[in-house]
Amino acid sequence: MKAAVITFPGSNRDGDVAKALKQAGAEVVHVWHGDTELPQGVDLMVLPGGFSYGDYLRTGAIAGRAHIMDATRAHAARGGYVLGICNGFQIACEAGLLPGILVRNANLKFVCKRQHLKVERNDTAFTRAYAKGQAIDVCIAHGEGNYITDAETLARLEGEGLVAFRYADAQGNVTPEANPNGSLNGIAGIYSPGLNVLGLMPHPENLIDSLVGGTDGRGLFESLVGSRKAA
Amino acid sequence: MKARVTVTLKNGVLDPQGKAIEGALKSLGIDGVDSVRQGKVFDIELAGADKAAAEAALKAACEKLLANTVIENYRVEIGA
Repeated sequence: MKAAVITFPGSNRDGDVAKALKQAGAEVVHVWHGDTELPQGVDLMVLPGGFSYGDYLRTGAIAGRAHIMDATRAHAARGGYVLGICNGFQIACEAGLLPGILVRNANLKFVCKRQHLKVERNDTAFTRAYAKGQAIDVCIAHGEGNYITDAETLARLEGEGLVAFRYADAQGNVTPEANPNGSLNGIAGIYSPGLNVLGLMPHPENLIDSLVGGTDGRGLFESLVGSRKAA
Repeated sequence: MKARVTVTLKNGVLDPQGKAIEGALKSLGIDGVDSVRQGKVFDIELAGADKAAAEAALKAACEKLLANTVIENYRVEIGA
């Protein structure tokens, strides 16, 4: 597994996601947003968290139009894997890789805390190391994580099983109380129809070492790299 | 040529910022405020004098970047 982590002006979680991928056994290369081509043999493109372009205009809007995004869309269209985390999810939506948009949290607060997610399915390249319905303990840190889309798209996402993760309590119950930002149906992450693009607001790369409080995030990277099979 | 692009949230899209501003206005004792929706204004200077070309360019600008048409509407006004 060769992964390319894209750095935009204002990305700040590129180093952390690279570390998580390396820990899982991936080869990691770094790519600059102004590049137009991917390095040879890249399997996975990562849009990392941060505050690209200072969140100017709309979160992810300007980064979503960066040169490297043409190569990212082409990579996704070929069936290549794309992972967008936090600001990377916002960028993926703005770039048209995923439907919908992330808007200001319903309570207007920047939310930075531990958060459980329910793994909706474990038959994808991103989640095969988890169990279906498992509650995983990760982190969230965002001010614009409120996922919205039109009713038709929401029905399609739900009908086609494209919701990847939902905000949940520690037992995996998806409740309004467990929803930190007002996202429709508690959506924390979604897939593309081909299941090769995943965008999620939470940070699995924060929880990859027991030294910092947990390792539930490792499953996502180990799933991708294929270094850990079904839970 | 000068132009103004106004981007507003579509009806039905939750606007927590507008709600907060509405609450602040009410707490300031400003009467008669029914609701507030926050939007964005872009004042743009354009080279050339072709109004039709300017309109086409601004429409492209809105569709490609200035507005996210999932949640936003836009309006283009071209001045002198």
